[in-house]
Amino acid sequence: MIAPDSEAGFAAAIAAATAAKTALNLTGYGSKAGFLRPVVAGETLSTRAFRGVSLYAPKELVLSARAGTPLAELEAVLAESGQQMIAEPPRYGFLGGDGVVQSLGGIIACNLSGPRRIAWGAMRDHVLGVRAITGRGEIVRSGGRVLKNVTGLDLAKLLTGSYGTLALLTEITVKVLPIPEATGTLVLHDLTPARAVAALSAALGSPFSVTGAAYLPERAAAAMGYDRPVALIRIEDVAASVAYRLQALRQQLGRYGASALLDQAGSLAIWQAVRDATPLAVGADTMIWRVSVAPSQGPGILERAQSLGLDGYLDWGGGLLLLAGPATQAAAAALSGAVAAVRGGWWLLRAPESLRASLDAVPPEPAALAAIRGRLQSAFDPAGVFTPGKLHAA
Amino acid sequence: MIALPAPNPATLARRDALVAGLRKILPAADGVIADPVRLKPYETDGLTAYRQMPLAVVLPETTEQVAAILAFCQAQNVRVIPRGAGTSLAGGALPLADAVVIGMMRMNRILQIDYADRYAVVQAGVTNLGITRAVEADGFFYAPDPSSQLACMIGGNIGMNSGGAHCLKYGVTANNVLGVKLVTITGDIIELGGTHLDAAGYDWLGIIIGSEGQLGIVTEITVRILRAAEGTRAMLAAFSSNAIAGACVDAIIGSGIIPVALEFMDRPAIHACEAFAHAGYPLDAEAMLIIEVEGSADEQTAMLERIKEICSAFAPTSLKISQNDAESAAIWKGRKGAFGAIGRISPDYLCMDGTIPTSTLPQVLARIEALSAEYGLKVANIFHAGDGNLHPLIMFDANQAGQMQKAEAFGADILRLCVEVGGCLTGEHGVGVEKRDLMKVQFTEIELDLQRAVKSAFDPDWLLNTAKVFPLDRLPARASLPHAA
Ligand SMILES: Cc1cc2nc3c(=O)[nH]c(=O)nc-3n(C[C@H](O)[C@H](O)[C@H](O)COP(=O)(O)OP(=O)(O)OC[C@H]3O[C@@H](n4cnc5c(N)ncnc54)[C@H](O)[C@@H]3O)c2cc1C
Repeated sequence: MIAPDSEAGFAAAIAAATAAKTALNLTGYGSKAGFLRPVVAGETLSTRAFRGVSLYAPKELVLSARAGTPLAELEAVLAESGQQMIAEPPRYGFLGGDGVVQSLGGIIACNLSGPRRIAWGAMRDHVLGVRAITGRGEIVRSGGRVLKNVTGLDLAKLLTGSYGTLALLTEITVKVLPIPEATGTLVLHDLTPARAVAALSAALGSPFSVTGAAYLPERAAAAMGYDRPVALIRIEDVAASVAYRLQALRQQLGRYGASALLDQAGSLAIWQAVRDATPLAVGADTMIWRVSVAPSQGPGILERAQSLGLDGYLDWGGGLLLLAGPATQAAAAALSGAVAAVRGGWWLLRAPESLRASLDAVPPEPAALAAIRGRLQSAFDPAGVFTPGKLHAA
Repeated sequence: MIALPAPNPATLARRDALVAGLRKILPAADGVIADPVRLKPYETDGLTAYRQMPLAVVLPETTEQVAAILAFCQAQNVRVIPRGAGTSLAGGALPLADAVVIGMMRMNRILQIDYADRYAVVQAGVTNLGITRAVEADGFFYAPDPSSQLACMIGGNIGMNSGGAHCLKYGVTANNVLGVKLVTITGDIIELGGTHLDAAGYDWLGIIIGSEGQLGIVTEITVRILRAAEGTRAMLAAFSSNAIAGACVDAIIGSGIIPVALEFMDRPAIHACEAFAHAGYPLDAEAMLIIEVEGSADEQTAMLERIKEICSAFAPTSLKISQNDAESAAIWKGRKGAFGAIGRISPDYLCMDGTIPTSTLPQVLARIEALSAEYGLKVANIFHAGDGNLHPLIMFDANQAGQMQKAEAFGADILRLCVEVGGCLTGEHGVGVEKRDLMKVQFTEIELDLQRAVKSAFDPDWLLNTAKVFPLDRLPARASLPHAA
């Protein structure tokens, strides 16, 4: 593993790899090495020695940090000024629990967002600028440190979510926001998936700025100590607003039956669990899927997944599914087929090695787009050395 | 003045044959415009100082027609200019003499509205306000709200990644689009994203939105629609200097409050807008903030009281909390009519659009004032204070020899200043032709080459909106050679 501590170091390592045509697996701390497809690379290039916050202007709501900065370190810095990452990046429990370190670069490269995505956008919506190194070993910037910027093509967005297959991110500037004064949750009990999503849609279609809307079916609910399925609706704001809006929502959603309120501590705990996929039942050989569909399609996908032996829960008002279950080629094909049929997207976050190489970890592209992607990859990485195979078969 | 590339004489010579070919694709009457009188309205956009008649204008009605036109143009090696409503202030829709303008105004249908899943599918020629109009009776709205929203089209908003006064809370175009139908220069129709929040694979939407018609033509867009808050209310706070008003903005944001809108106007802007709108703006103030909050009536009151308390620490020269919708509307009326107001006191004006770190506002405004004296041209400043997007309005008279050039030079100096203090050339209007030659102020040649290569990945022959965004001196060989076949 190579782990330079300067941009110049990264640039030199990359230029050398390109010259020698040695593929590089771009990583931070390797927590998400098992995501998507297996990488075929002769060398690993890690950002772990390139860390630290380089700029933090709380009054301008911006923070820049080097790619290897651990997420926890960054959130601690923000918390000192009463601020936080807006998109609630998850620390998936199945990655190995508290001991696992995630880098900012990794979170950005995978565009991972938590429950608040439904109200305030994804990680990609908060990336204001990046510094990155291309396959030619050239340092490039895109975006900047201001909140509004449409100067030139938005390469920062293109790199966000590209899983290390276009360039190495070395420094990222994100928009941040204040931590809300209060958090409260309305819990609806015992709804079927379809009725639960209807309730969540009603909440998200209300004027009350819901910032979390999840549904835990029986097994996921049980994992969180509930004996029946629960639908969860979160409000974050000043305390008086939270109290008022929860009450108003409770009334508006009366037709969905009995409900309860969670206090601040209870709310923070349950939403952290939703964020971190804690309710997923994960074994050594399980495959794990992250699926994004229109919310009303969520229940159908859940049902299909359950019929294939998988189970999980719904977030984003029904539009995000986290699913886990026994890994078989047939179940994987059936599930991705069902998601494709409703024109949704998926990420195969984990699968046994034997399966990973032979599955589409993200939806295949139409031919015209695949051709554009090929040219685009050559533009960033002419020798094809960056994390080959991770997203699509090389 | 900004140069345009020499037209391709071969294309000009084949004009009649090309028009005939286009008419085969669009047989409906008026689908192809070639008559000079009827071409005239297309010779410019919101950057009216620049005019150029195109070779022809086509007005397709379906995605398939757009695909056929692009495939035809590529086969014939003809440049194309995508056009929405033509309100671009950067000259993004300015024609070229050898180019076919593809006007999207006939693709103006709303195809689907889904409240349960909170999206609408619309054609590119639907106006920005048209989306909100279609859903507001049900309490919903489309969030990005450029001041030009009555006229500008969602396809043009995609082109420029447009913003508005409320993007501090709700984000800009890129944050509110779920999917697009993109037609490539080869005539392929590609669906990107969909009706779900996060698309897997590369963030194609992210690179398309704001690409100024460089990568393809967008014909259909799936936008997020949001439920409106229970109500909104505005307040006005005036101060004795720009620096104090700027410090007050910092204090508001620093307190953890994020208003839905936070707008700043300097003295010249206050005076121009007041004369125009009679909004009751304080004429004795040096700077003024418009602050808007939303929620129930009680929530609004509580929030405005907190903000008022913060403002009070900065010795405001006046503070006014609106008591009802009518008073809020009056406060906004002046701000929303700002461009018209400047138009009344000056024969011509240039609207600049840089972004700066908000902390540098006092320093930047002082520098702009000094430049204003140097150039002998007046300027009024309007600022989206929450997000650092600064709109200096430079006043001049194009009929006086040299003033236009002076105004452009003044504007360029302001944009250089924005970059120098850590900001950027454009926050929401785009690069277009206007800021094309300034791109090197913000980017290195390596960075520009990478962007050029991305463009080439979509449009290898550089036929889409050529001569915009990228400085002309290093156009790829095939784009700069007029005779390339
Ligand atoms: C009075 C006034 C106020 C304004 N206020 C604001 C404001 O508050 N915020 C803001 O952001 N902007 C503002 N603008 C600028 C302008 O309105 C926006 O840039 C708007 O998005 C342009 O939309 P349009 O339909 O007029 O597009 P056009 O001007 O026709 O085109 C804009 C760009 O998009 C490309 N394009 C158009 N349609 C498509 C398509 N279907 N596919 C691909 N590319 C396409 C064009 O080639 C061009 O590069 C204002 C302009 C005026 C005149």
